Amino acid sequence: MEEQQSLLEFMLQQRGKLLDQTIAHIGLTFTSLLIAVVIGLPLGIFIARRKKAATVVLNIAGILQTIPSIALLGFMIPLLGIGPLPAITALFLYALLPIIRNTYTGINEVDANVLEAAAAMGFSKWQILTKVELPLAFPVILAGIRTATVINVGVATLAAYIAAGGLGEFIFGGISLNNTNMILAGAIPAALLAILFDFLLSRVQKINLKKIRVAVALMPFIILLLSSFYAIPSFEKNKLLAGFTPEFMGREDGYLGLKSVYKLNIRNVVISDAVMYKAAYEKKLDIISGYSTAGRLKAFDLVTLYDDKKIFPPYYAAPLIRNDVLQKYPEVKDVLNMLSGKINDSIMTELNYKVDYLKQSPETVAKDFLTKNNLYRQPRNGNKGTIRFGSKIFGEQYILINMYSMLIEGYTDLKVDTKTGLGGTKICFDAMTNDQIDMYPEYTGTGLLAILNASAKTLDHLKQNEDSVYNYVSDQFKKKYKLTWLKPIGYNNAYALMMRRQQSNELNVHSITDLTNYVNENQK
Amino acid sequence: MIEARNISKKFKQQTAVDAISFTVNESENFVLLGTSGCGKTTTLKMINRLIEPTDGEIFINQKNIRDENAETLRRSIGYALQNTGLFPHYTVAENIAVVPKLFKWSKEKIRSRVEELMSKLHLSKEYYNTYPNELSGGQQQRVGLARALAADAAILLMDEPFGALDPITRTHVRNDFKNLEEFKKKTIVLVTHDVQEAFDLADRICLMDKGKIIQVGTPATLLFKPANEFVQQFFNEQRLQLEYKSVTLKMIWNFLNDGVDDKSLLKEITSGKNIWQVLENFSLNDEAMLVRNNGVTKKINYASLMKAFNDYKRAN
Repeated sequence: MEEQQSLLEFMLQQRGKLLDQTIAHIGLTFTSLLIAVVIGLPLGIFIARRKKAATVVLNIAGILQTIPSIALLGFMIPLLGIGPLPAITALFLYALLPIIRNTYTGINEVDANVLEAAAAMGFSKWQILTKVELPLAFPVILAGIRTATVINVGVATLAAYIAAGGLGEFIFGGISLNNTNMILAGAIPAALLAILFDFLLSRVQKINLKKIRVAVALMPFIILLLSSFYAIPSFEKNKLLAGFTPEFMGREDGYLGLKSVYKLNIRNVVISDAVMYKAAYEKKLDIISGYSTAGRLKAFDLVTLYDDKKIFPPYYAAPLIRNDVLQKYPEVKDVLNMLSGKINDSIMTELNYKVDYLKQSPETVAKDFLTKNNLYRQPRNGNKGTIRFGSKIFGEQYILINMYSMLIEGYTDLKVDTKTGLGGTKICFDAMTNDQIDMYPEYTGTGLLAILNASAKTLDHLKQNEDSVYNYVSDQFKKKYKLTWLKPIGYNNAYALMMRRQQSNELNVHSITDLTNYVNENQK
Repeated sequence: MIEARNISKKFKQQTAVDAISFTVNESENFVLLGTSGCGKTTTLKMINRLIEPTDGEIFINQKNIRDENAETLRRSIGYALQNTGLFPHYTVAENIAVVPKLFKWSKEKIRSRVEELMSKLHLSKEYYNTYPNELSGGQQQRVGLARALAADAAILLMDEPFGALDPITRTHVRNDFKNLEEFKKKTIVLVTHDVQEAFDLADRICLMDKGKIIQVGTPATLLFKPANEFVQQFFNEQRLQLEYKSVTLKMIWNFLNDGVDDKSLLKEITSGKNIWQVLENFSLNDEAMLVRNNGVTKKINYASLMKAFNDYKRAN
């Protein structure tokens, strides 16, 4: 095995990127915070005067807060596309509630006697607000800003999913690539930022009465300064823009290979595969790193570019299972192998299309397919034991897991417990080795590159050949991890670069070499 | 100076103040007295428009206060409240300087005025840069009074200004306040539910109940010529003490014996003192005293004082 890089070495090596991401992260956090303060503070003041409006406003802000952050980002795509705008908008919505609520509470808690005195002394309404209410509510308002800051530092990691940058790029890249150093290189600075800002704001909060008026005046400038960290990436027109998943960015059979083998140097952003296809369809992106059997390929009329220099190894899907489970329940092996040879690339694309685009449930799609192929049987409801299936977090894996569950429950006396939606290769694989799941569908290419971390020499030796890769992976997994690769299902879900069919024809770009040539000619 | 004409205040269904009229003369100490909920505080707050009357009008120096900007009006009227309402984020000096600052006085003028008031109200100089929450309740109340007096407004409104203090502190702060020249000079409207305090401070008392004025008059008038049963009942509990306090030597002058033989050795007392104060003197030292009134001198002792007082009461 190749020598492991230490975390420190990784961070030093990637310090340029790390600094960029950290700055982008701070920028995202404070730009959204600034907008939230600018809007939330007056709103909080307003509802402190209108108790009837208060319930409505606080309820709306409360509901926004309960939307899962990743879902909120998802909602933003159709409205605002990808990039910093939807990310900042989503972060702003999260920061709103604590700021409105604390402003409202802070102002309401100001002693009524003090307000009466202020009015009786002859203060105007504006003077009462700025000289009495806001300074006295300041510690409470600041506590709200503090909460919002910490929330935003955390949620901002998700911005990487929609091409807005930040430390999430490392975190999600690391999870996909089974690279702990990369995860930590993103997660540790993110955690430190949260702790640092929380600490700094706690100091401001403890400020004594005398300095409160100074602090009130200074606050906006500090937030403004920090938010200016985020120079919003310029989206120039007329140049091709690529969107790659965090996983693709860090892989030899991904962006690294594109750079070294094809000498392709294209402007790119990091984005989640969940929103990537749509972004390409909506012309927010021109090139994306998709999977060749993705259902949305069909739905959004995208074409794959021919990999003429063969940098993408085959990704044949096959059930990966623990050896001890096979020994305990030998009947499982034949049942799981029943799918082998039944699904080719076009069938898988069709199935994915049904789930991803027609929005049929993976369960229905799985059952229909099995029924059509005379494989479906009613569950036996046996109680011989339980077998735990896992899946990654995309449609294809959900379909497969449903098929496997139906087969196992129909043909054996075992029960199936499914743990679907595990975040990525690392999470699935760690769940296997830690005895938390017994089987999940894995791809030969992922096993080769992300788990075994095969060296360039090995890759060259295997020549990206379908059988040699399967044999090598199968062999290594047995030795190293006591895991068995069952028979490949039959389709190849390799990486592919994709673009809109129309654009591909217009630019006459059909292979990756074509793309490299086009980029080199047009972007100098 | 202040004239209220038929003012009423209704809060939703409840009538807090019910068509009352009264006049407060210049330099007078006018005390609104009554139990909780009688409408006295609402009446007070209508004078500086913290509360706007539902009906009726209030005039200050013949000018309808409704025609004046509320903020300008309030800056020209001092205001002291029960719970001080000091700004917790302002120092003692800054609190006192609030209204002068609104008037944009110069820094030096503000500073000398603040120092003057602090010394008048017996606040040590070291409190100048202290925050209110570091002071005792009595000291806070003194700062509140200083703030109300700071811009030297002709009118002072006071809402139970000593109500939150313990009895001993209350007496101290009240006595110090009474001895200020401002107390004698200014037109003061003071709200209290404390009968002793009303008798102690009032030139005239305005006794209120259920939003209406029951009787307006000097303390002695209310005691000896109550308008009705309610007024009589109201003072019953502390009647004797109140009577002693509301009657001065001047008032019983005609009932005192003349008999003065040897005048040289005796202590003198002014005729402005009330019976209570003279009795306090007797209880310390049971010797006869001399009273001088309009150039005439009379000698009193405990027995002659009591007799004159009782004769006065009978005559009223």
